[in-house]
Amino acid sequence: MLEIRNLHATIDDQEILRGIDLKVSAGEVHAIMGPNGSGKSTLAKVLAGHPAYEVTEGEIIYEGKNLLEMDPDERAREGVFMAFQYPVEVPGVSNAQLLRLAYNEKRKHQGLEELDPLEFKELLAERAKLVDMDLSFMSRSVNEGFSGGEKKRNEILQMAVLEPKLAILDETDSGLDIDALRIVADGVNKLRRPDNAIILVTHYQRILNYIIPDYVHVLYRGRIVRSGGKELALELEEKGYDWIKSEAGVTASA
Amino acid sequence: MMTQATEAKETGLYLEAYEQLRQRTASEVPSWLDRLRAEALEKFSELGFPAPTLEEWRYTNVAPIAKARFVPSWTIDGAEETGRRWEDRVYEEARSSVLVFVNGRFRSDLSSLAALPREAVVLGLADALRSEHQKMIGERLARGAAFDRQHFAALNTAFIADGAFVYLPRGVRVEAPIQLLFISDSGPVMSFPRVLVIAERESEATLIERYVGAADQPYFTDAVVEIYVDENAHLEHYKVQEEGAASFHVATTWVELKRAARYHSTTVTLGAQLARHNIAAILTEEGGECRVDGLYMVDTGQHADTHSLIEHRAPRCTSFQLYKGILDGRSRGVFNGRIYVHREAQQTDAYQTNRNLMLSNEARVDTKPQLEIFADDVKCSHGATVGQLEEEELFYLRTRGLSFEKARNLLTYGFAEEVVEKIAVDSIREQLNEVILNRLHATALDVR
Repeated sequence: MLEIRNLHATIDDQEILRGIDLKVSAGEVHAIMGPNGSGKSTLAKVLAGHPAYEVTEGEIIYEGKNLLEMDPDERAREGVFMAFQYPVEVPGVSNAQLLRLAYNEKRKHQGLEELDPLEFKELLAERAKLVDMDLSFMSRSVNEGFSGGEKKRNEILQMAVLEPKLAILDETDSGLDIDALRIVADGVNKLRRPDNAIILVTHYQRILNYIIPDYVHVLYRGRIVRSGGKELALELEEKGYDWIKSEAGVTASA
Repeated sequence: MMTQATEAKETGLYLEAYEQLRQRTASEVPSWLDRLRAEALEKFSELGFPAPTLEEWRYTNVAPIAKARFVPSWTIDGAEETGRRWEDRVYEEARSSVLVFVNGRFRSDLSSLAALPREAVVLGLADALRSEHQKMIGERLARGAAFDRQHFAALNTAFIADGAFVYLPRGVRVEAPIQLLFISDSGPVMSFPRVLVIAERESEATLIERYVGAADQPYFTDAVVEIYVDENAHLEHYKVQEEGAASFHVATTWVELKRAARYHSTTVTLGAQLARHNIAAILTEEGGECRVDGLYMVDTGQHADTHSLIEHRAPRCTSFQLYKGILDGRSRGVFNGRIYVHREAQQTDAYQTNRNLMLSNEARVDTKPQLEIFADDVKCSHGATVGQLEEEELFYLRTRGLSFEKARNLLTYGFAEEVVEKIAVDSIREQLNEVILNRLHATALDVR
């Protein structure tokens, strides 16, 4: 589904990603872990097409297409979704409006009929249950006045409505208390299917107790320095990132 | 000497037009109106068109109006087809409560007042001047919109011939919104609509002014609307200005609120190459409440200027004001909002905000909120902002599958929503949402 080859990316002429290689197949969950500043969120944003980042080398092939040639909205319509670490507030636009617009943009792209507000309301009510969200949130402005946990849940609701092929969850667990974390993780688990894939960017192992990954990759200074199964996350939890740092340091100087 | 000669020429057209109007109508109008018009003309000849050296006209140059050779509306017969062509501009809610004006003249054949209660008096002004209400009109007309210093109010007053008269006797409540549709569609016509609204105690109504016209003609509208809202009366007022792109639109709105009166207005400015709106709400007795909102949305070749005055003369009155501007291309916006609180007006609650969204680097806005407070126990605040769309918001919406244009239009919609959502007439709200969401080649966005 996704193949990243030797990806280098910069922001303000500063190189953040320095040669990432990653292959993700349908049905898989990949966790990207790493200390702060290792480039995790940059990787997520580059995949979503954030205009502030410049890809200087390498390529990203998504479903056989060159992802880097696509605008952020094209990527979205083709099934790429990023749940934001800091979901953006959109005053004056209701949650239901945005969700229906986004949903219909995708339907149009697929050559399907758009849903009218009534039809969509039904679909929305059903999906909102996945993240235990009250329908009163639907008439409120997007993320405006939402608590941190509500914003994160709202991101997963968008994911539930848009049903992406490839979902990138950028630190969706940060700032969540244990109950909210469980709700969000449950929601994501219910959306796991053999034909979609998830990239889970996280600093902490905690969420991986709920969303069990198939692969764990450790990112450090813009490179994947270690990959393994879900047990790698536990090892990290136990030994901390210093272990990776010193090992990487040794490798670098060797 | 050169200057004087030019000025003489510029007002000359109007002196001539005045003589024509007088010859045509002197015998038909009451003598007090004949005197009023003469007095106003004299004032206008003295004032001329405002020069940009005047503080009030610093950002708005009306030389193009002064130089143009407009044709007086009373020399043109607005054909019935002209009115029919614009019939779709009658809002659904006002199908049976609409007064249609073609080139400034009331057309009863195009109007429909079936939905209005018998107690409400809604007439073309020329007809009203020939009716039993003539005396009442004489007592109120031009008492509010002073023309001693206001160039365009003077010009309008000199040419009072037609317009609308709305009189709501005590306790009369009108459900259907009363729409006044002003159509200018006969070449370079100039028209001077005059509207007088008297809402007596405990009466209630909704008034909609809508201005439309030919897109390719540089015509000129100079309107004056005077509104009296008496004790405990409630008036909802909308002004939708969507004049043709080459036109000039100057309007004066003057409102007086008596004890515990309520007046809510939303002014929507979409059209004209040059638009100026002077709006004044005067709170003269205790407990009055006014909300004076506006939305201006302009693009290349357009200039929209709002000058507002909210005057608190009595204690315990409330005023809210929210004006939002959306400026694209090479457009220009001006907002000058003044709140004046007299010494007697203790416990005033006054709030004013002007926010501007710049969609282009070539657009420009001058905003100047002013507070003048002479009472010591008041709650007043004001502010102005000028900003652009947030990159992160645009990116966020694009990652949800919306194209750049759609994301931008949706954010613009969100920006305007704070003004639009308060509009109680569905058709106006829907019209605005459509205008905002379908801008600039973006395909329709359906946000129901």
